Amino acid sequence: MELEYQGIMVWVEQRDGVAKPVSWQLIGQARRMAEKIGAEVYALVQGEQVEHLAREAICYGADRAYLIEHPVLREYRTEPYSVSTLDVIRQVKPEIVLIGATYQGRDLAGAIATHLPTGLTADTTMLDVEPNPSRLLLASRPAFSEKLMATILCKKYKPQMATARPGIFEALPRDDSRTGQIIRVPFDMKEDDIATKVLKFYQDEDRVNLEDAEVIVAGGRGMGGPEGFAALKQLADLLGGVVGASRPCVDEEWISHAHQVGQTGKTVRPKLYIAVGISGAVQHTIGMTGSDVIVAINKDPNAPIFDVAHYGIVGDWQEVVPELIKAVSAGKPAAAATGGASR
Amino acid sequence: MHIVVCVKQVPDSREIRIDTKTGTLIREGVPSIVNPYDLHGLEAALQLREQHGGRVTVITMGPPMAEKALKETISLGADDAVLVTDRKFGGADTLATSYVLAEAIRKAADTWGPVDLVIAGKQTLDGDTGQVGPGIACRLGLQQLTYVEKIVAVEGRRIRVERRLEDGLEVVETSLPALLTVLKEINTVRRASLPGMIAAARYKPIVWTVADFPDIDVTKIGLKGSPTVVSRSWVPEVRKVDTTYVDGAAELWEALWATDLPERLGWSAEEGA
Ligand SMILES: Cc1cc2nc3c(=O)[nH]c(=O)nc-3n(C[C@H](O)[C@H](O)[C@H](O)COP(=O)(O)OP(=O)(O)OC[C@H]3O[C@@H](n4cnc5c(N)ncnc54)[C@H](O)[C@@H]3O)c2cc1C
Ligand SMILES: Nc1ncnc2c1ncn2[C@@H]1O[C@H](COP(=O)(O)O)[C@@H](O)[C@H]1O
Repeated sequence: MELEYQGIMVWVEQRDGVAKPVSWQLIGQARRMAEKIGAEVYALVQGEQVEHLAREAICYGADRAYLIEHPVLREYRTEPYSVSTLDVIRQVKPEIVLIGATYQGRDLAGAIATHLPTGLTADTTMLDVEPNPSRLLLASRPAFSEKLMATILCKKYKPQMATARPGIFEALPRDDSRTGQIIRVPFDMKEDDIATKVLKFYQDEDRVNLEDAEVIVAGGRGMGGPEGFAALKQLADLLGGVVGASRPCVDEEWISHAHQVGQTGKTVRPKLYIAVGISGAVQHTIGMTGSDVIVAINKDPNAPIFDVAHYGIVGDWQEVVPELIKAVSAGKPAAAATGGASR
Repeated sequence: MHIVVCVKQVPDSREIRIDTKTGTLIREGVPSIVNPYDLHGLEAALQLREQHGGRVTVITMGPPMAEKALKETISLGADDAVLVTDRKFGGADTLATSYVLAEAIRKAADTWGPVDLVIAGKQTLDGDTGQVGPGIACRLGLQQLTYVEKIVAVEGRRIRVERRLEDGLEVVETSLPALLTVLKEINTVRRASLPGMIAAARYKPIVWTVADFPDIDVTKIGLKGSPTVVSRSWVPEVRKVDTTYVDGAAELWEALWATDLPERLGWSAEEGA
């Protein structure tokens, strides 16, 4: 039977021709779901001079990339992006549309779901699909400050839409030998007809790439102030990593929001996560339990952070961190076995 | 300027606990508050009224008890507050909510004059989607500027704002009428004044029910008009792992070297990490 709506479409978000990692993460997840129901994965790429991203989308798992290039699409703006997205959705009729739950992604998703109209599940952290013949999207998301998870369905409307949190789903390894189709979609809109103008973009000065970091040394309220973070920075530098933080530290302005890990911050999955003076509230841990090895340093032996930590030190960071800096600076410990054993 | 602020009464989700046995929410004793982001939206509207004159109308869709939230907005200085309430509106998801709110904003324009600006919060504590704002903008054909951290200027029929993005701030300009969704960084919410509190105590919010919207499409409201349904909910398990407790930094460093981390992270024997 030929289905009217078929395939899973992922919106590829980009700035200056560089895709946001969540785009490839969602293509990876779309691929996994598509295998289950025998569907194709489509990427939607918009911008000015972004053909390379259509190609990249295929390398990351898309079967087809719809490409819309136009000067008015140089920067994200709701109107030209939603109009061109709607064009493609109406032509292609995907059964599922996935969009990163970033600021721009949420802006776009909210607009197009209303236009279509269809149901839209926000900020999902689990995505699955029921097998044939139902092919229902099982879109699950945290509710009530992460205290509950809920699965949301959209049974009667197509496409089924969801935004999904960055950092949760894993991208497939890039495969340059993958082949797929790039389909150019014509689009026209006059700049003069667009009311919104982007005048300037100020890149945050305190930039930190938590999502791609292999080592994160994160501090919490237990650091007591911005000075504590200087020690963490020293440790992070030695380990080739970056500094993360829990929310109270950001609220207290000890460090900028760019460093925040958790529900309202970033979801990270480094190889090593060292949590210092962090109690381990679920709003924090949801953002870091994907890490390979978690170390917790906390003076309270009952802190819930130890529930998710592979290694724990019960102690005051003011003692432990300087010692750790010393140990790391000294290099490989003499007592260390010539290693290779996994944890 | 005529500014409409969309406000929702929400349970303070920070206070909600879960009955881990049944996996249900314990709502008893959980206070109902005005969604925090929406108070920042109201504050932004009040500041614009101070600069440019005009009026601030607050609209909420919710049960009769949401009157309390509306009174709070009056105490802060809103000119009028409308409660859109009817059992038929109940069970609405974001699509149905934005439909009803858009109709209510049209009616507010008929009642008090054309609307120049609609302000919504970034998201609610309970719905937590941030979708209702864009939904309203789309239905009313308003320009949409989301995640606004600062209103830079309103000059003539143009508004300029700073929008927050993950990696920076964007300065954007658009034409009125427009809809903004605001972050808490946009301002500090004022406290109610004594005259404000007295005005609020006396104030009876304006109530609009389905009957007040003769042209409303009843298939688009409430549960019936909502494409999404919650099929299942559960309490997420905390991932518990076996913790190896070590006795200090030196021991930790040794323990880490006994794993495959040094290899995977490319730590070399000479310089350590
Ligand atoms: C809607 C919502 C969203 C949220 N989003 C996030 C989010 O994205 N990220 C986030 O992190 N939080 C978030 N939170 C907040 C979260 O609930 C917790 O309040 C927060 O994570 C606690 O931070 P903390 O562990 O640093 O502070 P605390 O809970 O105060 O813990 C401090 C810890 O430091 C330890 N300590 C103190 N002194 C020392 C010392 N000298 N040496 C060693 N240890 C010491 C203490 O024993 C304690 O365990 C959110 C909350 C809500 C309601
Ligand atoms: N029932 C409602 N009544 C009035 N405004 C609402 C309602 N629901 C949502 N809003 C507005 O839309 C914003 C986003 O809500 P949400 O999409 O639920 O996260 C809120 O901050 C409010 O400004």
